[in-house]
Amino acid sequence: MRAAGPGRWAVLASLAVLAVAMVFPFAVVALNAVKSPADYSSGGPLSLPDQIHLQGIVDFWNRVDFGEKLWNSFVISASVALLAVVLSVLNAYALGVGRVRGRLWILVLFLVGNTLPQEALAYPLYYLAKEVGLYDTRLSMIIVFTVIQAAFGTYLLSAVLGQFPKEILEAASIDGAGRFRALWQIVVPISRPTLNVLVIFFFIWTWNEFFLPLVFLISNETQTVPVALGVLQGEKYMDATMSSASALLGIVPAVAFFLIFQRTLTRGVTVGAVK
Amino acid sequence: MTRTKGYWWYLAPSLVLFLAVIVVPFLMNVATSFTRWTGVGTPRWAGLDNYARLLDDERFWQSFQHNVGLIVAMAIVPTALGLVLAAALFDCIGRWFGARTAAALRAMYYLPQVLPVAVAGVVWGWMLHPSYGAVNQAFGLRLDWLGDPDLALATVMAVMVWFQLGYPVVIFMAGLQRVDPALHEAAEIDGASWWRRFWHITIPQIRPETFVVLLTCTIAALKVFGPIFVLTRGGPGNATMVPSYFSYLNFFQKSNVGYGSAIATVLAVVIIVVTFLFLRVQERAR
Repeated sequence: MRAAGPGRWAVLASLAVLAVAMVFPFAVVALNAVKSPADYSSGGPLSLPDQIHLQGIVDFWNRVDFGEKLWNSFVISASVALLAVVLSVLNAYALGVGRVRGRLWILVLFLVGNTLPQEALAYPLYYLAKEVGLYDTRLSMIIVFTVIQAAFGTYLLSAVLGQFPKEILEAASIDGAGRFRALWQIVVPISRPTLNVLVIFFFIWTWNEFFLPLVFLISNETQTVPVALGVLQGEKYMDATMSSASALLGIVPAVAFFLIFQRTLTRGVTVGAVK
Repeated sequence: MTRTKGYWWYLAPSLVLFLAVIVVPFLMNVATSFTRWTGVGTPRWAGLDNYARLLDDERFWQSFQHNVGLIVAMAIVPTALGLVLAAALFDCIGRWFGARTAAALRAMYYLPQVLPVAVAGVVWGWMLHPSYGAVNQAFGLRLDWLGDPDLALATVMAVMVWFQLGYPVVIFMAGLQRVDPALHEAAEIDGASWWRRFWHITIPQIRPETFVVLLTCTIAALKVFGPIFVLTRGGPGNATMVPSYFSYLNFFQKSNVGYGSAIATVLAVVIIVVTFLFLRVQERAR
């Protein structure tokens, strides 16, 4: 192996320039979120802030009650993640381990359901939710996304549980364990790593959803982070620094999840590849 | 047979929910597409009127043309670029400068992917603002990126390339670890250039990943809604109108629920057909 020659440095440099371009918007948003409007109008978006000015972030936070939005997003995403994994496990147990008849068709049905554009479900769901009094509630989103995510989870987990070693389950059944106990005390603990990845994916995917939450969550008390930021874009009071403050508040939780879950995610991103 | 019977109970909760949340609403949507309905009162049967109207509606055709542009921006360009970047990171940077450098660059490419797509839209709406946006300031331009009908779609496409690029890079780099290094070494000894090895070894070896990425990104491009809603609302004029936003507009702003349902049904059919075509091609390539 030769030492790094000029050609190699050129390759590194061009890839690094692209990487800087990719993170440039993050840097600019962060830079301007901590400027005062006066600082911004004198220096423009690319100058360094004179001093750290957090008033824009605080003002935006209070104006939209951002804590409430974070809480709504968290409640919906966490509930969906857990419920969808439970449903996925139950389904995959029947399809992968139980090998019920017609399992291929059930899988295709789930997969098509997951692939359908939400636009083709939105109006009837909106109408039905109004009929049963679930419109503009977080519960409505929890139910809908639990089903959508579980449809994907079932597809993925069935393949995993299809390869579950039969001997272990037979041994358990000889020991007198019923099916439910075998699921709960053997299959679930052994599949833990895959289930963890699914919980994280479901959480992040639900957090990032926009279309259905936009349709369903119309009041301030129920809105999620992406919906609140998306609809406020272009409001009159959103000056340059407040806009960047709002963008930063959208970026921070997403990047935080990424950093927290990174280890599990890089292992599992190939899982997501099937979606 | 009796052994598998008891397992049906485990499917029951999901099947009931799936019926209520997906099957029934989808069938209702299809049924509504054959009616004229404002969302209140009783829908009036209209047969194929909505579909006939679609065929004549310029906005409808435009919206699907814009989808093609978005497939280029979200599937084709990121896949092509992602292949080159992943291969360069994996067998150039990784070997010459260490796996850590490669991992750091990969993380930087991936960063936009962690954002909710609507937040990505907020970021770029701000970056591209005609008077105070950073892009105009940085390059000394005075362009109305999202407000100029000739420029808006290209701008949205560029934003989507930025958003999407990290996904194929990460998937392909994971796939490259499967490739037997002996293949590359043998080719290198035979004097094959990097490009030749890339073309004849890397690309064929990670074909399964390429299919998955192309399929998932194409579907995502057909469904795209969030960035359009946040950045342009389909405008200026119809310059960035896409089917999902077009149906949303008819559902919730124009009270043309029947017409909106027809658009959504067509979009659903297109997506299902694309999915099956991809899976067929993939099956045959094996």
